[in-house]
Amino acid sequence: MSIVNKNPRISDKIFDICNYTFLSLVLVTFIYPLIFIISASISNPDMVFRGEVWLLPKDITWEGYQLILDYKDIWTGYRNSLLYVFVGVPFSMFLTFTAAYPLSRKDFKARNLIMYIYTFTMFFGGGLIPTYLLMRNLGLINNFACMVILPSAVGVYNIIVTRTYFQTNIPTELRDAAEIDGCNEITFFVRVVLPLSPPIIAVMGLFYAVGKWNIFFEALIYLTNRQLFPLQLILREIVTSARMNPELLEGMDPSVIEKLTRITNSIKYGVIIIASVPVLMAYPFLQRYFVKGIMVGAIKG
Amino acid sequence: MAKSAIVQGSPIKKSEWKKDFKRHKMLYLLSLPTLIFLIIFHYIPIYGIQLAFKDFFAMRGIWGSPWIGFENFERFFRSYYFWDLMKNTLGINIYELLVSFPAPIFLAILLNEVTKSKFKKSVQMVTYAPHFISTVVLVGIISIFMSQETGLINVLIKSLGFEPIPFLTSARWFKTIFVFSGIWQSVGWGSIIYMATLTGIDPQTVEAAIVDGATKLQRIWHISIPGIMPTATILLILKVGRIMGVGFEKVFLLQNPLNQSSSDVISTFVYRVGLVGADYSFAVSVGLFNSVINCIMLVAVNAISRRVSETSLW
Repeated sequence: MSIVNKNPRISDKIFDICNYTFLSLVLVTFIYPLIFIISASISNPDMVFRGEVWLLPKDITWEGYQLILDYKDIWTGYRNSLLYVFVGVPFSMFLTFTAAYPLSRKDFKARNLIMYIYTFTMFFGGGLIPTYLLMRNLGLINNFACMVILPSAVGVYNIIVTRTYFQTNIPTELRDAAEIDGCNEITFFVRVVLPLSPPIIAVMGLFYAVGKWNIFFEALIYLTNRQLFPLQLILREIVTSARMNPELLEGMDPSVIEKLTRITNSIKYGVIIIASVPVLMAYPFLQRYFVKGIMVGAIKG
Repeated sequence: MAKSAIVQGSPIKKSEWKKDFKRHKMLYLLSLPTLIFLIIFHYIPIYGIQLAFKDFFAMRGIWGSPWIGFENFERFFRSYYFWDLMKNTLGINIYELLVSFPAPIFLAILLNEVTKSKFKKSVQMVTYAPHFISTVVLVGIISIFMSQETGLINVLIKSLGFEPIPFLTSARWFKTIFVFSGIWQSVGWGSIIYMATLTGIDPQTVEAAIVDGATKLQRIWHISIPGIMPTATILLILKVGRIMGVGFEKVFLLQNPLNQSSSDVISTFVYRVGLVGADYSFAVSVGLFNSVINCIMLVAVNAISRRVSETSLW
């Protein structure tokens, strides 16, 4: 609000103080875990284990990252995840944008019917098992292509947001002018519409890339071959299994358990950072775009 | 959502469609890939729902397996875990409805009152970030902070002279951890839509209120809250329409034998019975039961909302 109240009353002052204090606390609860994990990843694991590190790193060591470098599965997973992003995102973008443009055209008679077909899938579907059986029949289990052609490869919500962007940002006059010049729909879409849409391209690219990078559930059910595992599956073994599933450790040699626990403890902070780096690096650059993007969708969703 | 009226059979309508098809051939062509994709991956599996009423034999396929009526459903309703699953699934959702649902509204209203734009921007930037973190990483962070021996929270509890709490391995704490970590991850992102609605409020209304001497709290109560009600109602309808759905990933990752009595929900059950146990038909019937309840809830809440507040999805 841009209006400055000339006589801020006491109640407003108190409100402001409480508000700023509360939001600052919120800020701390969001930043603190990040700082702690960074510090813990480069501190002496034994000190972290004893709870002596709570803000700044102590007795700095790169042992954790050294162990991560030697951990082959992590790098296979990293490579796989990157591949899934680089092949999967263009595929998803293609489906989303080609679907969104016709829907943005008010003179397109089939648009309502097609819209119904799309939105229905948001509320009802076959469910886990029938989808799994379909994927199996298509031979997509344990297949590289499976991580690209997933049922979730195209998000209907994303189509709607993109359509709304086209509706509000591509003037109909442009289309009329192009039609007079004898430009066909596809040329118009590729040559005029797409070059006018960098914000929505950036937003959708980010959404899909993050989605692919973070994919877990579908990888869990459709992949059993370790060579194809994305990073998240490997990560899960490191950050959760040993600590939280006492059953997994039953019947193992105590010295092996101790060694495993020690390795897990020294690398779990580092792998969390390594797994989040690509996403967090792109985030500040794209932030202004995605807020715009989601607002466009929110106005007329 | 727009309404379409497609009447088939009348010759005038038919020729209109023909004309449209001729005129917009390229638009039909552009729509084709996604239509085919969604029909294959989202409509064809619906055919598999019949498994809920069948005894599935892999050799005979979905179509060839024999019908058994409602046997799977009866088995599910009579089983000892049925009430546990219902209790947990509904429990988590109601907990979320009461605690997580209002959180972004609260944050947006508070942020809207912040006049220092730098501070506002940093709060926004920082609170949006966890939305992009994967569930696995989130659960990793939870287990780092909450673990019984080394988690910082328990280190703090111990230093105050209390007994450490086994957060991750106790049934009592599961839902609280689930819900509050969810708030941490999504409150910022969820607030964007409310922020957008708040910026859409006519500044003249606010000015008039200031001239009339309304305090900030009064402005929040009489302008901001009524202003975001329609948006909140729509989101509430959608949320209630998923009252039986709990995201699989986080439950699955936080689940262990020690907290299972409180953490087992329908989605994890379907996964365990269906995919791990390969009892396909039974899992399909449980999943179908789940989505039917969701659909009923969505329609019902939408109807109630249309009556009460004139805001509805359709």
